[in-house]
Amino acid sequence: MSSSSFSVAVTGAGGSGAVTTGLILLEAMAQHGFYGFMLRSSGPQIRGGESAVMMRFDTGEVLAANNQFDYLLALDWFNIERFIDEIPLDKNSLVIFDLSAGEIPEVLSQSNAQVVGFDLKKMAKSIQGGRVNMIALGLLANTFSLSDQSIDRAVNKILGRKGIKIVETSIACVIHGMNEHKKSNLWPVKIPTGNLSTKTTRWSITGNEACGLGALYAGVRFVGAYPITPATEILEWMSPRLEKLGGGLLQAEDELASINMIIGSSFGGIPSLTATSGPGLSLMLEGIGLAISSETPVVVVNVSRGGPSTGIPTKSEQSDLNIALYGCHGDAPHLVVAPLNISDAVFTTYWATCLAEQLQTAAIVLSDQFIGQSRAIINNPTIEDIKCRRITADNAQENYQRYKILDSGVSPMSIPGTPGCMYTADGLEHNPKGTPSSMSIDHLTQLEKRNNKLLKFDYGEQWSDISGKGDIILITWGSSSAMVKEAAQQLKKQSYSIKTIAIRLLMPLQVDLLSAALKDAKKVIVIEQNQGKQLFHYLHSQNSLPIDAYSFARSGPLPFRPDEIANYIEVIL
Amino acid sequence: MSIELKPKDYKSDIKPVWCPGCGHFAILSALTKALAYLKIPKHQIGFVSGIGCSSRIPAYVDSYGFHGIHGRGLALASGLKAARPDLHVIVAGGDGDGFSIGGNHFIHTCRRNMDMLYIVMDNQVYGMTKGQASPTTDPDWVNKLTPHGSGIRPFEPLAIALASGASFIARGFSGDPSAMSKILVEALQHPGFSFVQVLSPCKTFRPEQMEWKKQVHNAFIEPTDDPALAAQAIHNDDGMGMGIVFQRDIPIWSLAKKNTNTKQDDSKTSIEKITSEFEL
Repeated sequence: MSSSSFSVAVTGAGGSGAVTTGLILLEAMAQHGFYGFMLRSSGPQIRGGESAVMMRFDTGEVLAANNQFDYLLALDWFNIERFIDEIPLDKNSLVIFDLSAGEIPEVLSQSNAQVVGFDLKKMAKSIQGGRVNMIALGLLANTFSLSDQSIDRAVNKILGRKGIKIVETSIACVIHGMNEHKKSNLWPVKIPTGNLSTKTTRWSITGNEACGLGALYAGVRFVGAYPITPATEILEWMSPRLEKLGGGLLQAEDELASINMIIGSSFGGIPSLTATSGPGLSLMLEGIGLAISSETPVVVVNVSRGGPSTGIPTKSEQSDLNIALYGCHGDAPHLVVAPLNISDAVFTTYWATCLAEQLQTAAIVLSDQFIGQSRAIINNPTIEDIKCRRITADNAQENYQRYKILDSGVSPMSIPGTPGCMYTADGLEHNPKGTPSSMSIDHLTQLEKRNNKLLKFDYGEQWSDISGKGDIILITWGSSSAMVKEAAQQLKKQSYSIKTIAIRLLMPLQVDLLSAALKDAKKVIVIEQNQGKQLFHYLHSQNSLPIDAYSFARSGPLPFRPDEIANYIEVIL
Repeated sequence: MSIELKPKDYKSDIKPVWCPGCGHFAILSALTKALAYLKIPKHQIGFVSGIGCSSRIPAYVDSYGFHGIHGRGLALASGLKAARPDLHVIVAGGDGDGFSIGGNHFIHTCRRNMDMLYIVMDNQVYGMTKGQASPTTDPDWVNKLTPHGSGIRPFEPLAIALASGASFIARGFSGDPSAMSKILVEALQHPGFSFVQVLSPCKTFRPEQMEWKKQVHNAFIEPTDDPALAAQAIHNDDGMGMGIVFQRDIPIWSLAKKNTNTKQDDSKTSIEKITSEFEL
């Protein structure tokens, strides 16, 4: 772990402004040259429920969950016991709370954290319209040596739409809090400060926005949408922007409709996407099978949450790998990719769209709540043009065969409106022309076509992200990748030689490339955030793991902590 | 350049899977006649369906088609029409496909009132699975699956279409292809969601339906644009009345309308603008 990293949690009842506090702090820290990310956690209530934000800052890009929290800002004690598992504290942690909020809960006193109370309510009252959360933010702002200017810009950006009065009051509160901290001298100012001289353009973006942006880059211009937590922000973010690009979004009556709508629009020649989460993905499977069979490109972003059934809608888990790989009936090869972090969500969704278009099939993008609903300050992600496009039949031809058997397995797709190569797309097995057929020869050749086009394609180096060198190899995927990489760095400092393979392309699995990467491995450990060891079993099923490989798998919703992974590895080594 | 197309030119060379005597043949003919009459270019047609005997129909028309999955034809067609408003989108299916498994899509597609034609070829039976009760089957019709009859009152397609907001509602009969063809011409020309229920006897599993030709009658002589009058006409009818019962101009849902102020060709500038939102 980078020694310059530090972390802050803010908790409070609904309406206490924990999330706003976090957003302003993140923005102000960014203004000050820091990188960082903010994970949100909320209870089941729609409004008025408790919420928490967990933040981590560093002088370089940081996208992994931290081991423990340096600061906990408790705006009140409302339902603190529900969050405390998500906010590990130790004797080095500092808990700042409002004296008027009552006794310190027992769950906190057990943590040995240092505790400092302020009469935040009284301080807030000294300013007309003043709020506890902004005073508390001031205490931290001074701790992190934030300038008045950074605060000013951050408050304006986050609260500007609420009007000048609220902005001015909020800034006054923050300044008041900063002064109170200066006067009190109760805990030290933190050094070092951010890297103001950074030359790189930095972004503030959530994982869900990143998915949407990647899709727009790749040419998605139609979205079928049915709201579901925690994927809705992708749809909401895309809706007005699609319109700006001449496309649009159609709100469906259910997920059965949204997946079929995008099959229809894609059949019409427009690259199309839908975004959902576990329960919605379950409903979409028959449609995904239709896209595969009819060879119609579609992109389905699944922002995974705790499952099964309704599960834990607001929190993360990597337990939808099995359904993404195996959910369809029949032999239904398709694409499954997973972004490794918020920044990578831009590229991975872009890539998924390009691949779906090129290979005329369904691509499932497995994001999750940890990536999707977190906001991060990142370096401006660069996207290299990978030049995958849909191959179309543009001219009238005698005897056009939509599902013609060609070497690549990809046959030119005619788009409605093109004269002379009409066809009927079908989920029934068909012959090369598209005519329904139950003959074994047609079934065999079309199954092979749909399989071969995926197997013969060269996906390049993007199939995984490999870092480090060594004969101890950690394999992981998706949002756990950031924590696994950080655990590997921690262990490297103890002279272990460790390689990390974060798999981006889960289906089709790049078996040969993975085997090559595992050559000379002494120990292989598969790390994932689900109870069923889903990746571990999948890799075994593809003969891609040594027989003595280890599995470190546990359910969500708590994110992995780098220490937790490092400790496990140390025990087995 | 344009050669006048005859109805038969709209038929593909694929032989229908339907049984001899099936009412669906007449619907195929009436539709191709209507398409030829309106001179709709074949490559500008998107013909979508779900699953069932009737849902096989897109392959029998020489146009762009999509034979999708059971009950979802309307959803797929809505996506196609939204993304490609220039196409003539036609959806066809049966009573099980449209009113049972696809019932929710039926309601919401009526509500959305996109410009497309939906033909339900209603024979009051699941034919492809060999004779079970559908939503429009009478409750006392005995079959293997429900040996005492389904015991459920029939679905009322026209009433539900009206209540859900369809802007063109009609009923035709496959035994009167010429009248049906006229209804389809009107339906294809109507701007909005046109719903046409066509009574289409199933000779194999409901041979008694061959009597329908004696039971159908002209009921809806002039379409009304008053939902209250239409509701009354539907309510007073015995389910065998033919004609266009309701037609009204209601705002059409479309993406294109929303986008009249945006230019499609400056997407690069726009993407850059969108990207700049994230910059600190």
